[in-house]
Amino acid sequence: MTALAALTGYYLRASFKSKFAVVFGAVQPVFYLVIFGPLFSRSGVGSWDTLVPGLLIQLGLMSSGLVGFGIVFDQRFGVLERLRVTPARRSTLLFGRVLKDSLVLLIQAMVIIALGYALGLHARLTGVLLGLLLLTVLSVGMAALSYAAALTIRQELFAPLMSTLVIPLMLLSGALLPMSLAPAWLDVVSRFTPFRYAVEALRALFAGSYASPTVLWGVLVTLVFVGVGFTIGTKVFQRENT
Amino acid sequence: MIQVRGLTRSFDSVEAVRGVDIDVAKGEIVGFVGPNGAGKTTTLRMLTTLLRPTSGTATVAGHDLFADPAGVRRRIGYVAQGGTVGPFSEVGEELVLQARLYGLIRADARDRVTRLLAELDLTGVDKRLAGSLSGGQKRRVDIAMGLLHRPELLFLDEPTTGLDPQSRTNLWGHVRRLREEAGMTVFLTTHYLEEADALCDRILIIDQGRIVASGTPAELKAAHHAGTLDEVFLSVTGHELREGAAA
Ligand SMILES: Nc1ncnc2c1ncn2[C@@H]1O[C@H](COP(=O)(O)OP(=O)(O)OP(=O)(O)O)[C@@H](O)[C@H]1O
Ligand SMILES: [Mg+2]
Repeated sequence: MTALAALTGYYLRASFKSKFAVVFGAVQPVFYLVIFGPLFSRSGVGSWDTLVPGLLIQLGLMSSGLVGFGIVFDQRFGVLERLRVTPARRSTLLFGRVLKDSLVLLIQAMVIIALGYALGLHARLTGVLLGLLLLTVLSVGMAALSYAAALTIRQELFAPLMSTLVIPLMLLSGALLPMSLAPAWLDVVSRFTPFRYAVEALRALFAGSYASPTVLWGVLVTLVFVGVGFTIGTKVFQRENT
Repeated sequence: MIQVRGLTRSFDSVEAVRGVDIDVAKGEIVGFVGPNGAGKTTTLRMLTTLLRPTSGTATVAGHDLFADPAGVRRRIGYVAQGGTVGPFSEVGEELVLQARLYGLIRADARDRVTRLLAELDLTGVDKRLAGSLSGGQKRRVDIAMGLLHRPELLFLDEPTTGLDPQSRTNLWGHVRRLREEAGMTVFLTTHYLEEADALCDRILIIDQGRIVASGTPAELKAAHHAGTLDEVFLSVTGHELREGAAA
């Protein structure tokens, strides 16, 4: 417990040393919100209540997907090895980082939501809070996978590989334009990606239908995703353990 | 303090460590000497639970390496060859984090860090970025990382490589004091044979993954009719250990 608190606090302090980076992490969805949002809300495809949940998932995928980049430097400078030689559990070493990432994401998400309300979002607060919870869980899984990838693939490949992987996943999730518009083949492909279910559940939560099958599926898929992500992450952190 | 039998480790086709036996008694300062690529770091990383051996058995600080790695970790300190802190990190923050991972609460951790920095003649560096320290200061910060929890056994991987002669002798003094004041056992690697001669009670010479000679500096010199450890090294390996060859 001391270890987890110490690690999370340490990483949070490090993140907030560069407040610019925390704010900058949300800049891409903010552009979509401010420049794409007015078009989207008049396109007849959906309202701000459709767009904002999508942008939150986009934020979750993009920012959590790339967190692994930071661990590359820790590995290079011997920091990781130094942490691994302490009695702290390897899952704690991973969870301390991931917890920080989720908290940063939560702050960024709240900025997007506040801006969304200013522009015309109507969602009820309960739905938004439940949505944030789902988003946080999703981002834990994504961040854990990102660290696992960063420690597994060649250093110089990580950033290009992750950013090219995240874009199709994000588009396939229907985060920007709902998959109800998709041709049949695209709809089928999209159903094989976990984030589609999260996007739809988030939209349902924002619309106030908390107990719908959509939400149930979204929650189930997200829980499986976080379970798989964290298991893989811990495995990688435990690699070479005696 | 350390009992190792038949320890090996291969990386794909490279046999980095080919069956080493090591015995270290409590309170000894033991030098692990060998050329680049001899397998020193690989052995240390195995003994510190960071790398899984391909085969062999080991008891480190009274705990079985395979059955109780966490027990080993609690009792040992390890200072890696490549350093422990990134250049843009604040020294004090890193040390406090490390202390807390060893279970100290924040106030105790701060206290411990302040005292330890003073002991290592580093008072006042805690607010500095690691990248702004001199080589000798940085290496002492690395050593502090391994001492926060007062381990019984300290592993130092090339603690003096790249340091000027003065910083090196200064560091020897700190290592000797650890043994004298805390009764600590120290297992260190080095490229410098005269360093091993001056600092270590006992020396293990490793070459191509095998321990090729061991004993006190005097024993080694006597057994090989040599005046210096360099001559001993040449006599047991057939080649010279080029000093400072490591990057
Ligand atoms: N992670 C690894 N993957 C593949 N090969 C490795 C790995 N680590 C070490 N080796 C190889 O194992 C051998 C022993 O390396 P090791 O780092 O233990 O040597 P060393 O004695 O510490 O050398 P140096 O004095 O240069 O630090 C070398 O041939 C090295 O290339
Ligand atoms: Mg080495």
